[in-house]
Parts: sequence; structure tokens; C-alpha cells
Amino acid sequence: MTARAIWKGELKLNSTKVPVKLYSAVKDQTVRFHILDEKSKTRVKQHMVEPDSGKEVPAEEIRKGFEVEPGTFVILDPEELEKLVPEASREIEVTQFVPPKEIPPEYYDRPYYLGPDGDQTAYFALAEALKNKEREGVARWVMRKQPYVGALRAQDDHLVLVALRHAEEVLSAKDLPRPAGRAPEKKELSMAKQLVELLKGEFNPKEFKDEYRERVMEFVEKKATGHKPKLHLVKTKRKTTSLNSVLAKSIESLRKKKAA
Amino acid sequence: MPRKRTARKKSRGDGEDNGRAARPFWSGTITFGLVSVPVDLYPGNRTNRAPLRMLSPEGEPLSRRYYSQKTERDLEDDQMIRGFEIEKDKFVVVTDEELERLAPEQSRDIDLRRFVPLEDIPPLYFDRSYFLAPSAGSEKAYKLLAETMQKSDLAGIATFVMRGKEYLVAIFPENGILRAETMRFADEIRSPKEIHLPEKKKLPAATVTKFEKLIERHSHKQFSLKDLKDEQTEKLLKLVERKRKQHKDVVEVEVPEREEGKVVDLMAALKKSLAGKRKAA
Repeated sequence: MTARAIWKGELKLNSTKVPVKLYSAVKDQTVRFHILDEKSKTRVKQHMVEPDSGKEVPAEEIRKGFEVEPGTFVILDPEELEKLVPEASREIEVTQFVPPKEIPPEYYDRPYYLGPDGDQTAYFALAEALKNKEREGVARWVMRKQPYVGALRAQDDHLVLVALRHAEEVLSAKDLPRPAGRAPEKKELSMAKQLVELLKGEFNPKEFKDEYRERVMEFVEKKATGHKPKLHLVKTKRKTTSLNSVLAKSIESLRKKKAA
Repeated sequence: MPRKRTARKKSRGDGEDNGRAARPFWSGTITFGLVSVPVDLYPGNRTNRAPLRMLSPEGEPLSRRYYSQKTERDLEDDQMIRGFEIEKDKFVVVTDEELERLAPEQSRDIDLRRFVPLEDIPPLYFDRSYFLAPSAGSEKAYKLLAETMQKSDLAGIATFVMRGKEYLVAIFPENGILRAETMRFADEIRSPKEIHLPEKKKLPAATVTKFEKLIERHSHKQFSLKDLKDEQTEKLLKLVERKRKQHKDVVEVEVPEREEGKVVDLMAALKKSLAGKRKAA
């Protein structure tokens, strides 16, 4: 599958420019279902209606409004909304560089690959410099009428630009109280530490597969041939035992597995 | 997965906050080794702070409705089903119950199979953020797990099925609270080869050095969240405020009662949950 560039731009670091193409780094593999009308087994459509009368309001008559308090709207007309759109630009302005640990994971949103658009030397040199210096760039750009802030990183030899979430979109643990309950005992802590150490390893994403997706697809395919595979009811039962003895048993069984 | 929207039942008056307390998004169990920690999951992101509502020409808020392509009639939730398109306009119907049964019991647990340094995970993988709060009775094991991970500076990795989809997650403590970041699966991330990015050639050392110097000159020790301020929304809110003061384009309509202040409730529920005050309903 060849991916097409979705946007073209120019990385700007001070007065140095690196022309790039932008590609989506993700391909969603979620099993897509359609919503159907049960009676006719045909696709459904959506429209906007007045809730009381059920009368359809055609798209060109729909107005947009911001609800300032329940039931009170300030209507914004298309010209006003258009004025809020940032000026179009091809520039991806890199404003600063920070250590990678500085940006918390919960801020990372959509990732894009950058590819060279012409000058390959500058592109690969920038990636190598980022790697050598262990830094991540903070970049701003406007794409499809939306302003973005992103992290510019080296991923192996290539450049990756990850769009970041707005500060207001991420709930912070700092605004939450620490969980109640008593502190763990020393013995529990040392056993839990042993347990975690036994499970410690490298992050290898290939180790984890979406088995549920495979199971759903298999089921759909079987059903398509007219079979109706039998599915078992799911039961849940779990017994509770003391934390200490469970920790000890876990360590023992993992050690055995490792030794085998 | 665009699941058929099932009408969310309003919380039955359980005596708390007039039924306004948000319920957890999902409840499940974290396991590591043989230890199990029942948890409640709450969303950690809020999207779009200033959503604009679609209104009729008179300013009445509109509802989105599904209708049949065939009969052109509006459909209620129980008149719709879910289908997978196997060939054009031919569908295999899959029910909620079948999707539910396709997830074996153990796949619903967040089984922390691997612990890794958090910074080893490339940011390309991170998707959405959630908080995990201990559910009734699990505070002890929860605190033990959070503290152990904090001390070893590791994140736990697991897969689990939630609401008809399997998730890969990284779980790590933040301020004593466990955060769960859902991640993309390896086959959901493209490789540079797949998109035909050219491979690196030999580089003139001078060009690399030039960029290194540039990076050094513009390096900061810290990243400020101020850089992530949503200026676009600020501008929109200012415009709204200005128009409101001038009484320009302000309409008042009668609105039926509906769920309000979801975000506030979410924080409130999470806080309650963490304080261990949330009684089993």
C-alpha cells in the first residue's frame, strides 16, 4: 500500500528551512460496522431535526450557536467563524527544543511521518542531530484551517511530527486527591517489587495482538457462510485471598516459568 | 467502533447528588501475577471545550436522528442493528450479545504482563488517556501497585477488551493515581518503508553539526504547558462574550432537562472514588 502525502510544508528552524511532506503514521484497523435499519437491512442516514416536531432542518438553514447558559445561545454567523480561522501557511515553525521526557505521554495525539520534499540531506541531518542531542522540537503549524502544536522527533532515521493536545483537554492527576486507604507494608512492597522485576522487559509492541478483532472477523466470516457459531455465556467469578499470600504465589509461579 | 447508540439510562436515584454523579466509564480488574485490583475507569481527556450547537433558524437546538434510507422514516434505537459489509450492500448482522460473548473472561482483565520504562514507548503509540480509581475494597492492592511502579519508574503493559474493542494500554502512576494510556497496536502504525520514505544516505558531517548547534542554541530544559494553550477556543469565547454583552444574536429557548456539566461531574466522581467514599451501588 502506498500512502499519499496529506500535506506539504516547510520546517523552519530560525532561518534554516527543510521542505517536507506529511503522511499519516496510523492506519486504523478497527472492525467497522454499519448501522442498519433492522427491517430492511439497509444503511441508515442521519439528519438534524427539531426535537419536538421532528421536522428536518436542511443543512443550509442550520445556524451555529454557543450555549452560554442552559437555553441561552449566542449565534455565530459563518463570516464570524471564518474570521477565527488562522491564516493559511506552509510553515512548520520549530520554536524550541526540549528533552523528550519533558512532554508527558497524555499530551501526544496524532502522529505523522515527515518525508523529505526535495532536499534529503537537510532532512536526514536534522533527524540525526535530534537523535544525537536527544532532543525533541516543539513546532507550530496551521493545517486545514486548524492550528497545531506538535513534537518533532527522530524515529530511527526519520522525522516524526506528533500533534499534541491542548492543555485544557487533559485532566491532570495533580487536581485529584491521592487515593485513600492505608500505605502498603514494607514486606508487601518488597514482594510487589520482586514481582514487577520478574515481569520487567523491553517494550516490544509486536508481543501484543488485537485478538478480539481477529475473533470478531472470524465470527463474521463464519456467519456469512450461513453458519451460526455457538458462543458461550461469559461468567465472572473471583475469589479473594490475602495480598501477602497472593504475592508470594505469583512470585513462585513466575520463577518456575522462568526456570523452565 | 461506531456502536449502535443505546440510550444511556439516567442513573437511578441512588440518593447521591440527585442521581447526577457520573458513573465510571467502565469497571474492571487489573491483575499482576495473581494479584487482582478491581478498578473504575474514567476518561482523562475532554475534547473540544467549546462545542458549537447546531440550531434551527429560530435558535432552537437541533437533535441528530437516524432515518432509514429506504422508508425515509426516523428510527428509534431499538429499530437499528449493526452489520458488517461483506460485499456491496450485503451485511452480516452482529448483535451486542455476540460481541459480548466473543470476549472470553480473561480478556476483560487488564493483565499487566510486562513492565517497561515509560520512555521506551515511542509516542507514536499513545492514543487516549484514562484514569483508574480503586473500586470499593481494592484500595490496599491499588496503592501497593501504584507505589511499586512509582519506585521502579516502570509502566505496566496489558491488553484488554472494553465495550466491544480490544485495547493495548500502558499503565503508570502519576501523583499516586494510575493513569491508563491506550495505545495503537503494532499493525496500526505504518513503517517508513510502507509509505516509501527514502532511506538515509551518507551525510556530510558538517550539515549534522550545523543542526546540532541550532538545537543547542534553542534548547530549553523545561517544556511549559503554556505552549499548549488553546488560543483558538479563547478567541471564540471572547467573541461570544462580546456579543453577549452587546445583546447581539442572543436567543433564549426553552430546553428540556438534560444531563449537564458532564466534565464537572466526572471530576467529582473521580475525586469521590479516590477518597474511597463511593459505596457500591
